[in-house]
Amino acid sequence: MTSHIRPALVMILGMTLITGLAYPLAITGVAQLLFPSQANGSLVVQNGTVIGSTLIGQAFTSPRYFHGRPSATSAADPNDPAKTVPAPYNAANSGGSNLGPTSQALVDRVKAEAAALQAENPGTPIPADLVTTSASGLDPDLSPAAALFQVKRVARARNLPEDRVRALVLQQTQGRLLGLLGEPRVNVLQLNRALDAMPPA
Amino acid sequence: MTLDGWLQIGLYLALLLLITRPFGGYMHRVFAGERTLLSPVLRPVERGLYRLAGVDERIEQHWTGYAVAMLVFTLAGFVLLYALQRLQGVLPFNPQGLQAPAPDLAFNTSVSFVTNTNWQSYVPEATLSYLVQMAGLTVHNFVSAATGVALALALIRGFARRGADTVGNFWVDMTRCTLYVLLPVCIVVALVFVWQGVPQNLSAYTDATTLEGAKQLIAQGPVASQEAIKMFGTNGGGFFNANSSHPFENPTALTNLIQMLLIFAIGAALTNVFGRAVGNERQGWAIFAVMALLFLAGVTALYWAEAAGNPAFAAFHVDPTGGNMEGKEVRFGIANSALFATITTDASCGAVNAMHDSLMPLGGLVPMLNIMLGEIVFGGVGSGLYGMLLFVIVAMFVAGLMVGRTPEYLGKKLEAKEVKMAMLAILCLPLSILGFTALAVVIPAGTAALSNAGPHGFSEALYAYTSATGNNGSAFAGLSANVPFWNDTLGLAMFIGRFLVIVPMLAVAGSLARKKIVPVSSGTLPTDGGLFVGLVTGVILITGGLTFLPSLALGPIVEHLSMRAGTLF
Repeated sequence: MTSHIRPALVMILGMTLITGLAYPLAITGVAQLLFPSQANGSLVVQNGTVIGSTLIGQAFTSPRYFHGRPSATSAADPNDPAKTVPAPYNAANSGGSNLGPTSQALVDRVKAEAAALQAENPGTPIPADLVTTSASGLDPDLSPAAALFQVKRVARARNLPEDRVRALVLQQTQGRLLGLLGEPRVNVLQLNRALDAMPPA
Repeated sequence: MTLDGWLQIGLYLALLLLITRPFGGYMHRVFAGERTLLSPVLRPVERGLYRLAGVDERIEQHWTGYAVAMLVFTLAGFVLLYALQRLQGVLPFNPQGLQAPAPDLAFNTSVSFVTNTNWQSYVPEATLSYLVQMAGLTVHNFVSAATGVALALALIRGFARRGADTVGNFWVDMTRCTLYVLLPVCIVVALVFVWQGVPQNLSAYTDATTLEGAKQLIAQGPVASQEAIKMFGTNGGGFFNANSSHPFENPTALTNLIQMLLIFAIGAALTNVFGRAVGNERQGWAIFAVMALLFLAGVTALYWAEAAGNPAFAAFHVDPTGGNMEGKEVRFGIANSALFATITTDASCGAVNAMHDSLMPLGGLVPMLNIMLGEIVFGGVGSGLYGMLLFVIVAMFVAGLMVGRTPEYLGKKLEAKEVKMAMLAILCLPLSILGFTALAVVIPAGTAALSNAGPHGFSEALYAYTSATGNNGSAFAGLSANVPFWNDTLGLAMFIGRFLVIVPMLAVAGSLARKKIVPVSSGTLPTDGGLFVGLVTGVILITGGLTFLPSLALGPIVEHLSMRAGTLF
């Protein structure tokens, strides 16, 4: 038993130096050198201010913008730190709703979201990702169907022809990698920036 | 279910098959002490460590010495990790100024990472400093994985050797696994991850002003270096709360594919290492076949359940072809979420790219059952193979009873001692899972943490103890587990699930190593063919099914029936 103490201490300290300090710090150095943008969070800078990250979704509420998926992230209640309040797209506290499929709270929430969307686009089936919260609460993407569903509203709010907005969505759609991996998607922040850059009708 | 989904699942299995033999060959060379391509760089480091530690790499250990070395090493790691967390407030690399976690949480997290479980009762980005994530958690991601592989090697040697008293040297196996197997792959993978968008910095969190003018605080950190070993060591503890569903941990379809391959890579390669060690690679492929069968059954069931979607939404004009997207990310969709959930629970990984709590009832049953069966489908690094070999011993015992012969496997007679030890290791799982769940659902301290009502709430408790005992670490994450009752009992469950399996398993290794080889006769059951594969698969399903079916009936199965009847909770 005692003969194992020296190797145990040396090994855990040695491994801490090698795998816990040398390895992550070396990777940090190389990453900052080779891929500085990605290594720092793929941040988007506009007019000198950081407006977000291409990988992290944002809470869009204005009808002039495409909206991302519902987000279940929360933050500490400013009035009572022991409690939490909803804070969509809180990128310092990621997470999903964790509601199970037979949860009354889930079904009530989807019902309310779906009713609002139906009013916006009557008669069109609602894409599933538009009424469900993502796993991270920070999903940067929409399915192409979920983006196209919002074209009518955005075009009206911006006084643009629907065709031009629809064409922009299709242009911003990313396919599967090599035509096979992942799912087709539209990055909502990129789409909205492209929308802002569009000349008026 | 779509053709593209099945093509991606098929591609995954093809790639896994492709890497198994070459990677197995490399690992075999490493643990036989042969020279490899990386030896010129790594050998001096390895020898330096042995010299400082006073370890003679030529001296091997009896199984008891091997076990004690492993336990003392784990204990030293546990103490260091606990201290690091409690002192993080005064240590460097803490740009957010995070304070020390409470003692029960620090205890739970320490047990969790030294046992390769990576259960997380905390929100990492709001709790732990970069120093603890690197010098604490990342280190244990390496060494707990290396410990698992070392233990599997001890058992492999038990089968391969004849008339031997020793099963290897723990220090040598653990060091070689870390330096030659884990570290090189992680260096390459971490850089690929950064290229794809995983952050790697030591900066404070970023204050962004969104397009609409709102404030958004974006968590940062040395994510890529931890992400690589988190997957490759089947650890699964996320840098962020949302784990591999977080766009910073798993930004693209490519990183997702790499992460899934990393989870199974070592478990699959070890079947080949096993085959090579016992002198017949077909023996390894037979084990691989049992694993592949159970994997395909799991992913088919899970994919089917999730693609069907939630029937309750149909009344609100939600397009049913989208499937169950609650708790899933668009870039992964249904197929890659179902595939990831199956893989992460077949192995003892526990990383998630979709929230398991929001899976359909039968979709959520699959991960739970995968863990209950002992995570022997490729499995945790090391633990998957030794768990599977324990089932093989029981299967051979059953086969022996059928024909009235003393069971044998690979020329080793399996006698009362081996079968008793294998059963002891297998039975401690239901004892901990069912025992703790029963306790948690009848006392207020337990039920207060459940976030869903009805059968789904029961599933949350059952999943938690299943995950902890199985050293998986994934969760039905609605459970508010960061309270003393849950932190303490889950910590105990992780401890039981790791060490009460390992010690009997090492006893089997020691006892097997000593045995002579019985010559093959006409009465020997071939263990590299279809009959063997069917027999082992059957024993696994019957053992797991009989033990856990009643508890699954109370959780996911009742929930499925309620859902079909339109009942909500």
